[in-house]
This record gives sequence, C-alpha cells and structure tokens, in this order.
Amino acid sequence: MSKIPDDFPEEEDVFSGSRRDFLKQSSLLSAIALTPGPVIKAAENKWDEKFADAFEKITVNLEVNGVAHSVTVEPRVTLLDLLREHLDLTGSKKGCDRGQCGACTVHVNGVRINSCLSLAVMNEGKKITTIEGLADGDRLHPMQEAFIKHDGFQCGYCTSGQIMSAVALLKEGRTQSREQISEFMSGNICRCGAYSNIVKAIQEVKSNQL
Amino acid sequence: MNPFQYTRSFAAAGAIQSLMKEPHAYFLAGGTNLIDLIKMGVVTPERLVDINGLPLKGIEKTSTGLRIGALATNSEVADHPLLLRDYPLLSLAINAGASPQLRNMATVGGNMMQRTRCNYFFDTAMPCNKRSPGSGCGALAGYNRMHALFGASDHCIAVNPSDMNVAMVALDAVVQVKGPRGERKIKFEDFHRLPGDRPEKDNTLERGELIMSVDLPAAALAFNRHVHYLKIRDRSSYAFALVSVAAALDMEGGTITGARLAMGGVAHKPWRLHAAEAFLKGKPADLATFRQAAGIAMQDAKAYQYNKFKLTMAPNAIVQALTTASA
Repeated sequence: MSKIPDDFPEEEDVFSGSRRDFLKQSSLLSAIALTPGPVIKAAENKWDEKFADAFEKITVNLEVNGVAHSVTVEPRVTLLDLLREHLDLTGSKKGCDRGQCGACTVHVNGVRINSCLSLAVMNEGKKITTIEGLADGDRLHPMQEAFIKHDGFQCGYCTSGQIMSAVALLKEGRTQSREQISEFMSGNICRCGAYSNIVKAIQEVKSNQL
Repeated sequence: MNPFQYTRSFAAAGAIQSLMKEPHAYFLAGGTNLIDLIKMGVVTPERLVDINGLPLKGIEKTSTGLRIGALATNSEVADHPLLLRDYPLLSLAINAGASPQLRNMATVGGNMMQRTRCNYFFDTAMPCNKRSPGSGCGALAGYNRMHALFGASDHCIAVNPSDMNVAMVALDAVVQVKGPRGERKIKFEDFHRLPGDRPEKDNTLERGELIMSVDLPAAALAFNRHVHYLKIRDRSSYAFALVSVAAALDMEGGTITGARLAMGGVAHKPWRLHAAEAFLKGKPADLATFRQAAGIAMQDAKAYQYNKFKLTMAPNAIVQALTTASA
C-alpha cells in the first residue's frame, strides 16, 4: 500500500457500507439468473448475508496515465478488466487471461506486471501506466516509433504488451545483449513470430539513448 | 471467477484473525498463482484476505544471516545486491522461474505456497486427490511426463513447480511463521511435504499460519563462489522445469570441501540430495566424481510411463550443474 491513513483501523471490512444498498437496488431473481453455484445455493438456503456479501462492491482509487479515477467494482474484477471495461482503455489486451502471454502488461508504480492476474482492488492508491499513456500527445514514445520502423509486429495483438515490457526492460537495464533481451522479454509471447524485429526495435531505442 | 469477499489487512494478527473466521478464506499476496487457480475453478474461496499492506517486504542483514520478508517480490530478492553477493544461487534460481512481469508481482511467501502445475490438478473435469481428495490420481496412469521421480505415492505423483524453493532448500533456509497459536520456525526442508495419503496438503503449515519471513543462514556463505542453477525445460525460457538442479560448492584448489545439491521438478517438494552431498565432500572436482554423485542421487528414482526420460536427464543435469559450478 502506498499510503495508509493514520486513523485506518487495523482490520477493516472495506466494503461493509454497501451491503444493504445492494439488496435495496437489486432484484433477487435477476441476480440469481446471472449467478452461478455457491451464490444460488446460499440464496436457496436463505443465507441472506452470504448472498449479499458475494455481490459487494468496493471503491478503488487509482491513477491511470496521470488521471485519477475512483471506480466501484466487485473484488473479483481484475485490473485488466477494470482498464478495459470500466475505463474504456482497450489498448491492454486480454490474450490468455492467465499470465502466460503478456498481452495485458502494464506498469504499476513504474514496474511491469500482468494486469490479468492482479485484482483491481489490490491497486488502491497505485499509479498505472498503459499503452495509451506512453505517447506525448501526437508524439509517439520512441519505443512505439521503433516498433513501427522495424516492423515489430504482424497482427498487433501482443504489441501493446510487448511495448510496455520493452519500455520497462530499458529501465531495468536488461538490454546488454540479444540473449539478455530475449530472456527478459520472454514473458511476452508473439504468435506471429515478430521476435527478431522486436529485438531490433529495442536495440535501436537503447543505442539512441546512449 | 466465482464471487468472493475481500478484506484488506495491515497487521499479521488481524490477517490471521480474518482468515480464521471462515473455512474457505485464503491469504492474498502477489496473486499470480491464486488468481489463476480461482479463474480455473480449482480454488473457490469465499474470502480473500489481502496481506499486501503488511510490513513484510524488508530484506536485511541479521546476526545469523539474511532475513527476507515474505512479501518481498521475487524480483526484489533476485536483484538485491546482498543476495547477488552472498547468496547468488537464490538469485539464479528465482530468475530462472516465470517471467519478469510475474516475478515483479510474485512474493517469496507466495512462491513457497504455489500449487503444482500438474494438468490433472488444473483440469476440474479430471480426478485429482490434491484438488478433490478421494477422487483418484489422473496422472498415475495418465500423461505423466512432467511428474515425480522421488517420494511420490499412489495418491499423487505431482511435483512442486518452484525454482526458488530448490535454492532455498539447498541453502538451509529457515521459515518464520505466525499463527493463531503464536510464532514458530520451520526448516525449509520440512516446510513442503511428500504426498503420502494426504496430497491435498502441500506443506506443513497449520490453518491460519502466515509466512512472515525466510532466513538465510550465514553458514551458506561458504557456498557463494561456485554456484549454478541448471533448469531444463521444453523451451529456453518461461516454462516449468522438467528437471532443475541447484549446485553450490565450497572448494580448495581442485578439492570439494563441501557441497549443497538439490533438484526441482522431480518431487512433491524441493528435493535435497544429502547422500550425494556427503559423497562429494573431500573428493576431487572432476567428471568421475560428479558422475558417481549423480548415481547416488538417483538411487531411489522411480519413473512412470511418460517421464522415463527424466531417469537419464536428471543425472546428466546433476553432472552438468556440478561441472559448471566447479569451473
């Protein structure tokens, strides 16, 4: 956590406020229609509290590409889904949704992560940078320019993740050799096989920085 | 993902208390394994207790060695100057695992708690005693290419997927845990367990116990000059080990004065090779010695239909790791 208020209780049910509101706002039947297994079972057993809890939403405050957002989501919503579905930032892609492909790579507090394996609520107070936040107005980030120049993509689905990883890679200093670039870009899969051009793009940006 | 409740904790006592309140509550750290398992329906929590606010990220020297907070990320550990200087084997092992993005999220405690990558465990349509006790082991007579050579049972032949754990066990790390009944220490070698007839239990933690830190002993410093972590996998990066070997030697001239050796990808827990270590002590660091040590290490190996190749791969990997470490 980047900041904890001084008066924050040691242990807090962060969503305790919204429980009754939800029941007021929602029809039980429509909720059941949308909901699988455990919740239906809970409802059948009249475990009203459990049923309500399962839908509770939490407000998460975070900064995305320099803009502060306050979004209320269920705890199960991933950071990737928050970006794409709630903030309409669809540059970060959902490939495998399991941390295996890297298409969802974003920077959280300057560090690259897989946004599909981070819950949105885990990012309270964090600063997120997505592919949409790299360019300076109409001026593309040097890494974006280099990917275009070296044809570092074919279908383009992995590209935003590749670029976010590549920008982080430069910062990490893992660009000493072709082998090192390959190893530390291995979390980003490109099924079109644009790897050699991606490496060229990274090498060019690196050499221009010197 | 199934819906679940979420609690944020800022102190260990509160986190443990929150977890104990519900039978299907889990601690949430980096989330890289747990969230994947929830998406797959393998784990169905009613509550996640987010412990990322706990002050457990520090990496600091102590009177007995180095203490690594349970919430230090894999990257923070692998790239830490003290680790690189004093315990390079651990840095090598961590950097052999997962991808840079995942290592930036995954924590030391979470890495220790990660579940097996056995396909039958992940596929909820298949029998698996680890996921669903009593349902049988799909791997036993199934596609068991990734599976164990040592310490398996008819109930489970899955392997522990971690690279970090292999180096930790070789370095004689000690795990500090806190639970409802107080604090205790667990030798890293005793932290993970063999499947026996209770494969649903990966480790010896009791319910509600939280990993606080892992301590690396100063005694392991003797092994920081001749180290290698060899990981053999289906592609050259970002894949789980078929076999991995952590090797660290203390040497005087061409003679081995002490050895630390452990294997990954071959057992339900990181597999320390004590007998081979004892054999290596006092021997010349040469190919004949390494081959004999590998033979000793493989004595109790038992393969299944599709992982017989590991019976050749594993001893070769031991020889290669020792050769590289001693060079």
